[in-house]
Amino acid sequence: MADMRVNLAGVELKNPVTVASGTFGFGREYSEFFDISKLGGISVKGLTPLPRQGNPAPRIAETPMGMLNSVGLQNPGVDAFIAHELPWLKAQGTVIIANISGSTPEEYGEMCEKLSAAGVDMIEVNISCPNVKAGGLAYGTRPELAAEVTTVAKAHAAVPVMVKLSPNVTDITEITKAVEGAGADAISLINTLRGMVIDVKTRRPILKMNTGGLSGPAVLPIAVRMVWEVHNAVKLPILGMGGVSSGSDAAQLMLAGAAAVAVGAATFADPMAPIRVLEELGELCDSQGLSSVTQLTGAVQPW
Amino acid sequence: MQVETSCKILYKDAPNPHAIRFELAVGDMVERSCKAPGQFVHIKCGPQRLLRRPISVCSCQSGPAGDDLLTVVFEVRGEGTAWLAQRREGDCLDVLGLLGNGFHMEPQGRYLLVGGGIGVPPMLGCAENAPSRCDAVLGFRDSSHALLLNEFSAHCGSVAVATEDGSLGERGFVTGPVEALLEKNRYDAVLCCGPRPMLKAVAGLAARLGLPCQVSLEERMACGVGACLGCAVPMADGSMKHVCKDGPIFNAGEVDWNG
Ligand SMILES: Cc1cc2nc3c(=O)[nH]c(=O)nc-3n(C[C@H](O)[C@H](O)[C@H](O)COP(=O)(O)O)c2cc1C
Ligand code: FES
Repeated sequence: MADMRVNLAGVELKNPVTVASGTFGFGREYSEFFDISKLGGISVKGLTPLPRQGNPAPRIAETPMGMLNSVGLQNPGVDAFIAHELPWLKAQGTVIIANISGSTPEEYGEMCEKLSAAGVDMIEVNISCPNVKAGGLAYGTRPELAAEVTTVAKAHAAVPVMVKLSPNVTDITEITKAVEGAGADAISLINTLRGMVIDVKTRRPILKMNTGGLSGPAVLPIAVRMVWEVHNAVKLPILGMGGVSSGSDAAQLMLAGAAAVAVGAATFADPMAPIRVLEELGELCDSQGLSSVTQLTGAVQPW
Repeated sequence: MQVETSCKILYKDAPNPHAIRFELAVGDMVERSCKAPGQFVHIKCGPQRLLRRPISVCSCQSGPAGDDLLTVVFEVRGEGTAWLAQRREGDCLDVLGLLGNGFHMEPQGRYLLVGGGIGVPPMLGCAENAPSRCDAVLGFRDSSHALLLNEFSAHCGSVAVATEDGSLGERGFVTGPVEALLEKNRYDAVLCCGPRPMLKAVAGLAARLGLPCQVSLEERMACGVGACLGCAVPMADGSMKHVCKDGPIFNAGEVDWNG
């Protein structure tokens, strides 16, 4: 049996399979389907300083082998999360990653302080949400803003800070280097890609917000390419995600350079997907005679 | 506790020329997760489609030894349900269920059940749950869309039918017969499933008489279990609730009918 433990910016994960922010709530729903302590980590639904209602419905549209969402960071706010969700989550026996979104650098700083004090294991700074007007994606598409948010987050966080990047950019390496220069401990990618679906009968977009974020199996090759580009550009450890629904999908992201992976929309299709991905990844390591899953990271042999 | 299981289609038929009915062998799903009539199952519609489709339970029974039965009735609305409609007896479906809350029904309560179109089948579970303590008003576009009339008659004190073109029963919408029954009889609540304008109209009639009304809402879903926050519906107090977990059944008074 291959050793499945991995290290992500100093945080030890019992295995490299985590679940992606916004696809796993605060863990309670899927804990009815499987033992969530088996996961390498849980990234919680994106938190904001104050509660948010999110966007009007419809918020979901199906696409070929994927989906659009325009949920828009609906969450109870960071304080309610710390008071009502975190105590239960921390007792589950897995690494807890707090995903945060702000509309100013100061808001990111404030949340980093509160969440560090409350005892999360890691903070994932979301500068890539395509579904909010202020902040969000703007931070993720402009290197100087991304660097500023990272600097403030680092100054206020007592736990490792991972910055989540948007694929909605021309050159992902530019922003990655800016974030590395500002002191980020790790990089996660990809967030969703902006997309649109139109009902040809009504001539209306399915989503009330007109556009939304694309995820699911359809985006895997984009995620693999972007993880590979980021891995070649910086030394930081990478949490890879986007379209993972099998062990070999996870292995692709790791070969491209990811230290660990996250399963997102696949869990909607199959609530057991994260566990299946983990088992299949373990089997793949064994079949390739690896002593440690870490041997996959960055081991792609490009032409 | 909800479960994900492979379920065999035991029986397939067409209760009218537009709808398909499956009777499914669902293992111990009913035993484990049935709370009340009005819940739904989330069905995978082929390997090429990421998202499951939520389909209301028409009726279900728990068997003695993991041989629970569950019936769903659906119409083809898009690619997912088109795939589903092509499945045959003996095929297996990947079913997640039972999900959602269901109608709140008191053991001795008297109910007026109101169903419209493909919102009629889920009301049958209510009728079975309150035999002879309910009346039904069922609305359809025309006589060719009518379904389950005998099944409702077997459980309800009375069954009134309204069609938009008058080809069966009363001409018009369900609101006519609903209003007449509410004036004539005493009910503890109105339970309702169908298109949103119908729900809104029936909720208005019940509210005028100060009668509790529960409605079954629909929204596009991803997870079906409350994790993705995709299926939000606005409430009258300005909050958001989620059809899959807080619903699909809501008290009509909490819903923001203009949202
Ligand atoms: C319904 C939904 C909600 C999401 N919410 C968030 C969020 O709050 N914060 C965030 O950083 N990413 C969010 N994401 C993005 C995912 O974490 C992930 O980056 C993306 O879905 C790609 O992975 P996948 O293809 O496996 O789903 C969301 C994705 C979905 C589908
Ligand atoms: S469909 Fe995911 S929360 Fe309702």
